Amino acid sequence: MSAYKIIDHEYDVIVLGAGGSGLRAAVGLSEAGLKTACISKVFPTRSHTSAAQGGISAALGNMGEDDWRWHMYDTVKGADWLGDQDSIEYLCKEAPKAVIELEKYGVPFSRTDDGKIYQRPFGGMTKNYGNGIVQRTCAAADRTGHAILHTLYGQALKHNTEFFIEYFALDLIMKDGECKGLIAWNLNDGTIHRFRAHITIIATGGYGKVYYSATSAHTCTGDGNAMVLRAGLPLQDMEFVQFHPTGIYGHGTLISEGVRGEGGYLVNSKGERFMERYAPNAKDLASRDVVSRSMSIEINEGRGVGKEKDHVHLHLSHLDKNIIESRLPGITEAARLFANVDVTKEPIPVVPTVHYNMGGIPTNYKAEVLTVNGSEKTVPGLMAIGEAACVSVHGANRLGSNSLIDLVVFGRAAAMRAAELVKPGTPHEEVSETETEKCLARFDKLRNANGETSTAELRLSMQKIMQSKCAVFRTDKTLKEGVDEIRKVYDGMESISVKDKSLVFNTDLVETLEFDNLIRQAITTVDSAYNRKESRGAHAREDFPKRDDEKFMQHTIAWCNGKDTKIDYRPVHKTTLTNEVQYFPPQERVY
Amino acid sequence: MVQINLPENSKVQKGKYYKDTTGSKNIRKVNIYRWDPSTGENPRVDTYEVDMDNCPSKVLDLLNKIKSEIDPSLAYRRSCAHGVCGSCAMNMDGKNGLACTTPHSEIEGDINIYPLPHLKVKRDLIGDLNGLYKQYQSIEPWLKTNTKVETTEIIQSKKDREKLDGAYECIMCACCSTSCPSYWWNGDKYLGPAVLLQAYRWIVDSRDDERKERLKKVADELKLYRCHTIMNCTNACPKGLNPAKAIAELKKMLVTANL
Repeated sequence: MSAYKIIDHEYDVIVLGAGGSGLRAAVGLSEAGLKTACISKVFPTRSHTSAAQGGISAALGNMGEDDWRWHMYDTVKGADWLGDQDSIEYLCKEAPKAVIELEKYGVPFSRTDDGKIYQRPFGGMTKNYGNGIVQRTCAAADRTGHAILHTLYGQALKHNTEFFIEYFALDLIMKDGECKGLIAWNLNDGTIHRFRAHITIIATGGYGKVYYSATSAHTCTGDGNAMVLRAGLPLQDMEFVQFHPTGIYGHGTLISEGVRGEGGYLVNSKGERFMERYAPNAKDLASRDVVSRSMSIEINEGRGVGKEKDHVHLHLSHLDKNIIESRLPGITEAARLFANVDVTKEPIPVVPTVHYNMGGIPTNYKAEVLTVNGSEKTVPGLMAIGEAACVSVHGANRLGSNSLIDLVVFGRAAAMRAAELVKPGTPHEEVSETETEKCLARFDKLRNANGETSTAELRLSMQKIMQSKCAVFRTDKTLKEGVDEIRKVYDGMESISVKDKSLVFNTDLVETLEFDNLIRQAITTVDSAYNRKESRGAHAREDFPKRDDEKFMQHTIAWCNGKDTKIDYRPVHKTTLTNEVQYFPPQERVY
Repeated sequence: MVQINLPENSKVQKGKYYKDTTGSKNIRKVNIYRWDPSTGENPRVDTYEVDMDNCPSKVLDLLNKIKSEIDPSLAYRRSCAHGVCGSCAMNMDGKNGLACTTPHSEIEGDINIYPLPHLKVKRDLIGDLNGLYKQYQSIEPWLKTNTKVETTEIIQSKKDREKLDGAYECIMCACCSTSCPSYWWNGDKYLGPAVLLQAYRWIVDSRDDERKERLKKVADELKLYRCHTIMNCTNACPKGLNPAKAIAELKKMLVTANL
């Protein structure tokens, strides 16, 4: 592979990804005096954090009494008891501090009458352990993610973080089970870069693009997850894919849960507020898996709206115009652009749409990556944060507004842990060339692929299979079909074609590398789903409608080598971090 | 008389013609600027005949269709596909905008797609925004506060918070700056509408304690006063923001502020 010019770099720590979690980590690392590089395939403010709308959860208590323990209970229950309660305690306890810190960074939060951060109700967020709705979700209108992302980028600039922008990461460099850095391709000039680091932090986000209809950006291809799989390490709980109840029908654009938080509601073809039947207390503010399933049942039973009766309506025209204007301006614009709807007059056509991956790279609450070899072990030199990670705080189903808080709490935690582990300027040990050669062989093979099937065709087949075989409701039959059919798509890679052979902004090759990443995650997802014979959170099996705590209160751990997977399980952490709160034992989950 | 010509290697040539292969009766011609630095060839305009019966409504859908079904080598940036990330800013039918929010039905005749004007092109529709990003850094886009309060937020009234509306929403797509003739000629010195709007955003933030210093910093013949109120910026903004007004406000503040 001497044909490729390789440029070497040495850093104390590298962060892969420049969304909310990657930037927060990079800021903390720079503050700690560690030589840090932040590598991203897109300019930081293009990251998908910008699309988060409704808000960031934290028990600030600005809108009435609140307690981080209540937030913890809600998160445990939202997660359908698959979350690790030590991590959830950490998340909820650190949340208020993290939001206050963001405000000090300059995030333009909306305000209450007395000038504090405005908080809105959100799905599954309750007071006093499930007794009534609480206003916990801190918002900057309905552009909270955008506001946070731009502010964090500003902080990174303030701290002179070194960025490598429009670099596409190819593979991790591993040595004896430890991570030593990564290899990336500079799209700007076509050169290959080898980054050596004592710690590599993966912050590459989710992989929503394995599905056909997703609120995810085109760039949400889970590149870091796939790098971890190729490094022989497992991913966790990949069967848990969140369908957001309100994606715009036909287009997939997200309509924030904040709409329902501000008083919007869902209606079927009979004009019925059907959520009252499924969740008598929380109604439209039940957690997302519950609302998405209810919508799917309504549609399956013939009460959908539209020509095909395949979606439902989200009403908000009854809301005060000033509220729509001041708190929901972004979704007003989105509804006009993508559904041709004036929200002050008409309902928005919506359908459950793939939105978030609860699964990802297993970590502990310090963001250190875990693997299982008999028991839990950390992987030296490797950390993961944000949607790419599975800490696991979201378990089987994430609550709305818990993802933005996850980004900043664990971005900060990763930086603090790295600062404990690495002494600035520690020299790097030698790593053999084998890893580089292996990585570039895959790169070169795909670049020179001269088959007859385009990447776009294969990607579409994968997306359609996942959409139909691994959807809101699953059965043994559909999943088995999925398990088989997704492997045919993988085999199709043998005849893949990459027409563009250049190295500068070769987006044909980028999409092919992304597809190679996606297909591995698709296989892992459908295999993990097939093997989980129970219903829990977002994983709803029609043939196993009950939660089975005895067998499955465990995290799925899945390795994937090519199209071969190995599935194992590890117990959910049943202890809290401190005795400031007690373990919440499993209960029946009703809203 | 002096004759001014483009250098030979930057003359745009007629490119390839991709004829429709679907037999569709509903065809539109799409002309797209192409340039690949690794070939050493001049830029060209390729023409694609596209079957519009099976194409969703936005220009980005059209580009994705061309890339997926006709020519995978076409390079452009795209990410969120709903107007919040700012990646797919380009020039369509002579106007700057986001491909993901611009309906192709609003364009009459052939659809002409070019990179944002007056940027160095990296490849095809991908422009070099590094200059603009450096200017953004130069305005120090972070809160500077002397507050000693650690455990609670800085109080900001609803009225003060409202001042940020119309400024913080900027997605840095650069549609405004690259539509501005002043920025075309003096883009290295004049900050341009996108960056000035952000300068304004921090100057009017009631929580910031360095308003005067920030104002002094932009009060410059070139950085600020190259704005000649042409107003292209406001016309171009795909988010409906008004950078021209923010610039006017900055000028007004400088007249009245006692710096």
